[in-house]
This record gives sequence, structure tokens and C-alpha cells, in this order.
Amino acid sequence: MGRITLDQITKSFGEAQVIPPLDLTIEDGEFVVFVGPSGCGKSTLLRLIAGLEDVTSGEIRIDGKPATDLPPAKRGLAMVFQSYALYPHMSVRKNIAFPLKMAKLPQEEINRKVENAAQVLNLSPYIDKRPGQLSGGQRQRVAIGRAIVREPAAFLFDEPLSNLDAALRVNMRAEISELHQQLSTTMIYVTHDQVEAMTMADKIVVLQAGVIEQVGSPLDLYNHPRNLFVAGFIGSPKMNFITGPEAAKHGAHTIGIRPEHLRTSKESGEWTGRVGLGEHLGSDTFLRVETEFGEMTVRTIGDFDARHGDTVYLTPDPARIHRFDESGLSIR
Amino acid sequence: MARASSTSRKLTVTVFAWLVGLTLFFPVLWTVLTSFKTEAEAIADPPSLLFFNWTLENYVVVQERSNYFRYFWNSVLISVGSTVIGLIIAVPAAWAMAFVPSPRTRGILMWMLSTKMLPPVGVLIPIYLIFRDMNLLDTRTGLIIVMMLINLPIIVWMLYTYFKEIPGEILEAARMDGAQLRNEIIHVLTPMAIPGIASTMLLNVILAWNEAFWTLNLTAAKAAPLTAFIASYSSPEGLFYAKLSAASTMAIAPILILGWFSQKQLVRGLTFGAVK
Ligand SMILES: Nc1ncnc2c1ncn2[C@@H]1O[C@H](COP(=O)(O)OP(=O)(O)O)[C@@H](O)[C@H]1O
Ligand SMILES: [Mg+2]
Repeated sequence: MGRITLDQITKSFGEAQVIPPLDLTIEDGEFVVFVGPSGCGKSTLLRLIAGLEDVTSGEIRIDGKPATDLPPAKRGLAMVFQSYALYPHMSVRKNIAFPLKMAKLPQEEINRKVENAAQVLNLSPYIDKRPGQLSGGQRQRVAIGRAIVREPAAFLFDEPLSNLDAALRVNMRAEISELHQQLSTTMIYVTHDQVEAMTMADKIVVLQAGVIEQVGSPLDLYNHPRNLFVAGFIGSPKMNFITGPEAAKHGAHTIGIRPEHLRTSKESGEWTGRVGLGEHLGSDTFLRVETEFGEMTVRTIGDFDARHGDTVYLTPDPARIHRFDESGLSIR
Repeated sequence: MARASSTSRKLTVTVFAWLVGLTLFFPVLWTVLTSFKTEAEAIADPPSLLFFNWTLENYVVVQERSNYFRYFWNSVLISVGSTVIGLIIAVPAAWAMAFVPSPRTRGILMWMLSTKMLPPVGVLIPIYLIFRDMNLLDTRTGLIIVMMLINLPIIVWMLYTYFKEIPGEILEAARMDGAQLRNEIIHVLTPMAIPGIASTMLLNVILAWNEAFWTLNLTAAKAAPLTAFIASYSSPEGLFYAKLSAASTMAIAPILILGWFSQKQLVRGLTFGAVK
């Protein structure tokens, strides 16, 4: 079980309030991703849940039981840190066994569980090495192994993949998702990378300056961003925004259109523009187009033969135009 | 050109370092040499450096006149005892200052260090009276307590600088893994800080071994360590340089040997934070 409820929690460091009053419920078995720009309070929120920081006010409940004043050890949660935080003086085996040893499990059971975890995570060949002798990806697996042996109520991940190279990151992303499928334990995952959020989450929590901007499924956020911030943050490349008379035509202060929802043509279209930078990936083409409303990014499937300085015509998919009022909120 | 100048610079630095080293080492060497001379040769003018009649007579006399091993044993107990107790107190203290700092932590550290700047003689009378009333005069227990207290600021400081180098996330991981504070310190922090703790221990054993002010003032016969053993040979009724030197050599030999075998640890300990 791992249902976590945050009730009006706040956090201040001295005078600075990093988390204004915040409510959030994480359901049992959910994969929840906290995403937001650097410094928005994601780690702080995670550490409040972990018990590594005390809340300034408010209440945390885990499976309905008050946990606000429990020390981390008593909350039944496991955490994977960005730096892996392995014990450098212990072998992989001892690292993974540590939480079990702290729980005073019988040695036989510890051995069995450690072997098991090592098998699942492909760590058996390294089990007697020290963390210093392992690669980044292997260390990451050890950190995950140390977390899973305890069978926690929930896993907390703080940007666990940011120290890995791009290829390994994609692999580990899949592995963590798979782990979630297998264990169906609650996972809370912090990242500043919206691609990680979109690919892994059941539920995304978008944060900005300690405030929850929107909570929803990845496609929910993609299709119905609640405000300009979420619209701009979710999706890659970023959504194009237009203000002024063109937006007014749609009865909005600002309209937004994603690069993939602009049809590009060399013959005709609603808006005219001149190609600036072009990225030809083969599978897709990304063009920066200078239009009368400013620079827009467009994405077309396959190769689109346009060079620097060419004139192109853009037509937005009318059903995919997002409208925002003056305060930046979405108009439904 | 650059090569030549860097070579000559190296040479200058090397010569300078040797000069400083020899200057520092000379008194020790002189003491050791004198201990093998006769009393007459010891005060000969001009002094003879190496060409004299080497004799072990002084050592024999010293060992006959006083029981070296009793002093030695007191020195060991006092220096090791005070260091171990100091470490037991300082590890949690340094843990708190390194990992749970408050706005006042810096101030507390400075205050602790400032106690080392007080001339010890300033608190001699009160401490002497306290010791007398508590029956601690001329006891090993009393000396262990005093040595521990006067070295505690240094132990805390050294451990603090070592602990600062340990990433806090590892201790937090231990906390998440269900370790109580005690287990966090015993199973995670201490093993990771072993090199630092070893250096701290060595340095403090040496400091306590060499300490003379308190050991001389608070002991008479029973608890007297090697410092008192040396002092007993600088008697006012005539100086016996050769015997004094023999006693000194016997007193410093153990610590010199300890220092020699652990010089790597010591250098690492004393320059921690400066290099790397
Ligand atoms: N221990 C602390 N003391 C003071 N300020 C802190 C502390 N930890 C975090 N902060 C501040 O809180 C804000 C949020 O930090 P953090 O939660 O680490 O952001 P994120 O993980 O989203 O990048 C930042 O402005 C940071 O400077
Ligand atoms: Mg962070």
C-alpha cells in the first residue's frame, strides 16, 4: 500500500517560502512525476514526503496514517538519489543488504532477498565489487536494488537519470517503467525533463515556484494545458504563442499552436513565412520560420525540402489551437 | 629558459626545505648524541659532534634510578585514553556541526578554538583546587580528563573538516534505509571517515604525549608520565646533561617511532582540505 496525502503543507527556509500551501493526493500504485524548471521546489517537496525535511506547516498522511512527525526510517519509503548515494565502503551486496540489516531481518532472508534483487537488476556479476569500481549505470542499478529489497510503500526518485549519458538514460527510463509494471508500487519521480515525465508518468504534477500549475495524465496536459506555463513547458519543441489581432480573431488574448499542428506547404496556406534554421533528421523536419507574428517552430513528418530563405506557408489545425485569456489561463 | 629557471627554483626550494628540516631536527639529534656521551664530554667546549667515546652508561644509570616503564605506561594510558574518550565525544559533536549546521555553528567552532588561545596557567589554580577537592590530583583518571578536555577543540575541528567532505546525501540514504542516528554514525559515517579519524587520533596521541604543563603540575609520583620523567633529571643541584639527554631520548623515542610509521597518515591529516 502506498497512498500519500499532502494536506496544506508549506515549507520555508528561514524567511523564504519555497512551498506555499499545497494539496496533493498520490494514489496507491500510481507513477507520479513532479516536473518543473530547476529551483521550483521539486526536490524540496520530495524530501518533505521522505521526511528528510520537516514541513513548516500542514500534514502528510501515508495510507491514511499521520506521518508528518515520523522520522524517514519510520515512513516505509525508499529513495533513489541523483548522486546514487551508495555507501562507498561497502560492497554491492552489503549496500543492498543495508536496509534489511537495519530492519534486523534474519541473515538467510537477507541473503535470499539480496541475491534476488541482484538477479532482477543484472547485478550478480558485480555483487562483490565496491561502488567505486562500477559504471554510472551499474551504480544506478545498485541504488535501485537497495530501494526495492525493502519492499517500501512507495519509491521516491530525485532526478535519478541526470548523471547518465543519453543512451543509457533511455534504457534506464524503460527499466524503471518496467519495474513499476512488475511491482505496481507507488512511485514518485522528480525530473526537470518533460520528456521523462511524458514517457513514464501515470500522473504528472507540473510545479512552478512551489505552486502546482496542473495535475493530470501526460496526454491530458498535452491536449488541455490549464495555462500558458504548462502549455509552454509540456511538449517538445515548445508550443508557439501568438498575441495581438491574430489571437483576437479567435477570441483570445494569446493563442498557442504546437509545431506538429502546423501544416507546412510551399504553395499556399494561412500564414506566410521565411525559413530560418532547418533541422533535417530524416524522420522529421524542424524548421524555424520567421512570420509576421514572430518566429515559429514547425515540425513535419519525413523530410521537407526547404532551405534557408525559402518562403513557406503555414496552416494551423483549427481544432488544435489553444486559447488563453489575459491572465494566461486556458479558455475552454 | 623556462626549464632552467624552474630547475634552479626547484633547487632553491629543496635547499631551503633541507635547511628548515635540519634546523628543526638538530636539537633532537643533539639530544640523542649527547645521551651517548659521558657527562664530561657532554659539557666539553668546543663540543664534539660524533668523535667521542660512545657509552651506554647514561641509560643504565637512568634505568637504575627510576622506573622508565612505569612512566611510559602512564604516558600511554593518558595519551591513548584521553584521545579515545575525546573521539567518542567529538564524533557526534562534529556530526551535528557538519550535517545539521545552524546559524550559530561557525560561532561555536570559533569559540571552541578560542579556548586553545587561553594561557593554561590562567586556569591552573581553579583546576588545581577542583582536582584537590575531587581527589583527582596525581591520578591517571584526572590527567585523562584534563588532556581530553584541552585537546577536545582540536579533535572536534579536525573531525568537522573531515566530515564536511562527506556528501550529506549518503547519510540521508542511510536514514531512508531505516538507520537510526546511532547506526548512521556507526555503520556509515565512521567507516567513511576512518582515514580522518585515524589522523586525528594520531595527532592527538602525540599532542597528549608531549604535553608538559598539566602533567607536571597535576602529578607527583603515581600518575607521572614521561614528561615528568624528563623533568626529574633537570634538577637544581647540578645539571647532568648526558643523563637528561638519555631520559629525553627514552621519552621521545616511542612517539618518534609511532610518527615515523604513520607519517603518511599524519601528513594527510594535517594538510586535509589544503591539497586535493
Ligand atoms: N536547505 C535549504 N536552505 C535554503 N534554501 C533551500 C534549501 N534547499 C532548497 N532551497 C531553495 O528552495 C528552492 C527549491 O529548491 P529545490 O527543491 O532543490 O528545487 P528543484 O529540485 O526543483 O530544482 C530553491 O530556491 C533553493 O534555493
Ligand atoms: Mg532538485
